[in-house]
Amino acid sequence: MGTSVTLTIDGEEVSVSQGTTLREACDQVSHSVPTLCWHENLSPANACRACVVELKGSRPLVASCSRIAEDGMEVMTNTERVRNARKVVAELLLSTSDATLAPDLRHLAEESGAQAGRFSGGASWEQPVRVDNELYVRDFSKCILCYRCVEACGTDAQNTFAIAVAGRGFNAHIDAGFGRDLPESDCVYCGNCVAVCPTGALIGKTEWDMRNQDQWDENKISVTETVCSYCGVGCELQLHVMDNKIVKVTSPMDHPITHGMLCVKGRYGYEFVQSEDGLASNS
Amino acid sequence: MTEIRRLLPETGIMSGPTSVERLTERGFERAMARAMLMTPSDIIAEVSQSGIKGRGGAAFPTGLKWSMVSQAPGAQKYVVMNADESELGTFKDRVLLEQDPLGPLSGLVIAAHAVGARKAFCYIRGEYREVEQVLAAAIETLRRVGLVGPDTVEVEIRRGAGAYIAGEETALFNSIEGMRPEPRVKPPFPTNKGLWGSPTLIQNVETLANVAVLFAHDVEWFKAYGTKDTPGTKLVALSGHIHRPGVYEVPFGTPVADILNAPELGGSVAGTGRLGAVLLGGAAGTFLNAAEVQNTLLDYPSLSKVGASIGSGAMMVFDDTVDLTWVLTKMARFFAEESCGQCVPCRIGTRRILEIAESGNLWSRTQDLRELGQAMRDASICGLGQTAPLALLSALDRPELRHHD
Repeated sequence: MGTSVTLTIDGEEVSVSQGTTLREACDQVSHSVPTLCWHENLSPANACRACVVELKGSRPLVASCSRIAEDGMEVMTNTERVRNARKVVAELLLSTSDATLAPDLRHLAEESGAQAGRFSGGASWEQPVRVDNELYVRDFSKCILCYRCVEACGTDAQNTFAIAVAGRGFNAHIDAGFGRDLPESDCVYCGNCVAVCPTGALIGKTEWDMRNQDQWDENKISVTETVCSYCGVGCELQLHVMDNKIVKVTSPMDHPITHGMLCVKGRYGYEFVQSEDGLASNS
Repeated sequence: MTEIRRLLPETGIMSGPTSVERLTERGFERAMARAMLMTPSDIIAEVSQSGIKGRGGAAFPTGLKWSMVSQAPGAQKYVVMNADESELGTFKDRVLLEQDPLGPLSGLVIAAHAVGARKAFCYIRGEYREVEQVLAAAIETLRRVGLVGPDTVEVEIRRGAGAYIAGEETALFNSIEGMRPEPRVKPPFPTNKGLWGSPTLIQNVETLANVAVLFAHDVEWFKAYGTKDTPGTKLVALSGHIHRPGVYEVPFGTPVADILNAPELGGSVAGTGRLGAVLLGGAAGTFLNAAEVQNTLLDYPSLSKVGASIGSGAMMVFDDTVDLTWVLTKMARFFAEESCGQCVPCRIGTRRILEIAESGNLWSRTQDLRELGQAMRDASICGLGQTAPLALLSALDRPELRHHD
């Protein structure tokens, strides 16, 4: 490392250190590209294709989330082909999935000028919500198959491998093995998949219940930072508190210990804090 | 215009396709003996001089690929024969493997020697069960004569499980490794990081057969047929409205019309006898109208003038009564079923094309289809998604092919 490569992005020359992705390089010159499946703490899945850019000498567009910058590359982030690809990606996703809790997708649709209904009317991913445990809910109508949850469950964080993509083509979907409910699967309820889901397809049961009852109000939620008390690792917790009740627990994605990932105790083991029959009344 | 027989054995050949005698009779024993005495760099130089290009569809210069694998750092290297023939209308590899499996296998052994691989895989389409038995018998023959084994190269057969996408080279690697056949992002290319992350040479069956006949003879012999740009012969698979459907071997540069009409080849258009269109290169290929068929040669420069390529060598012939909307709908269904589902443009795009076709709007929503097709070509991860809209786009560019019923 230490050596740098020089490339041009939209005609602007930029030097970046070796190993930098085109996406990062684009960020450095403030020609940022939109992303959906890319996540700062996960390997690039290359699946959504929202981040494609034009690379001189390459017939297809290239995914900037994973392509490593090389000396002399000429990258264009805003050509007609790039704009068309982004727009069509947004339109296709909007035609299958419910984007109400997907800010990145909605942003992409807006920025690219997507016509929401253009490819709608055919098959969609609309399906019953799967509520099979008390910790989190799977609402696959909102899934965009970004692979983030699979990666977080796999080698990128949890190494549990409880979920994977099953089926193919339009029927490809996230599955906990043979269509099983989560309690019958290998899931350990760390909720790291929930933490990285960009569309609300995976969502905490508490949040899901409150949203259904129209009680979830982002404006009333405050975040308190603390350290998890269950073991000695020292994971930083962000307690999302509404009306003096913890409604969700996360960890900062840039935290050096957790990288945003927690275990079942840290993420979901908070009920005792607000238990009505707590220690005081039992003692 | 006559049929050539170089990749395919003479029709009157007496030896069994997997026999030791066949090795001698076809010159493959000589080919391997000659190659084994050459240095790897001499072998690669000869393959480069021959001008062989990959016959799987991409037409990448074979010698260049070999030298890339040879020079790639890594102690462990692999060679792979891609026999996952699944392109619509393509059955040339099947014919090659049924009639002369020792050819492609000899090419595989030579390739392994050239790039320094001690382990080879033959990845064969799962539906080709009978072909697989022939292939296995041929490997045994090579093992008996000492050309396959622990001291040379070990050859293992892996069977596909019915997915078109597994023929894509990196999806094929994932399949061999026991994973879902989802294509990998390139770069890194297989020449640097293929099977289990090692430099891997992957070639189509027909390409390896070309290597075998090249080393059974020499570069001059090899270049006796074909064009300056593309020496050698090509197997074409004729199907549809054609009097003599089947696999034929013709020199590159042969007029496409001759392939259809010559008495020894296609024997002229069947059905009404009037040509409507030819789908060249399979489902991932291009429609040519009758005039284009008259004016093109089976060579890359000639076909690129009409936006087409040879692809796998599949030629599906349609007479002038065939409703291409029906053909396009069937092809759309094929791609929708065969997309792996990994990337958005292909996963959802193939489904939307199918829906538009089934609802009868193929010719009225051309702008939507063109933009969708362009996005799939530009932004899909692999060749499946990138080529899935090609035939459709080529039909939209040739409105004369449309038939009203």
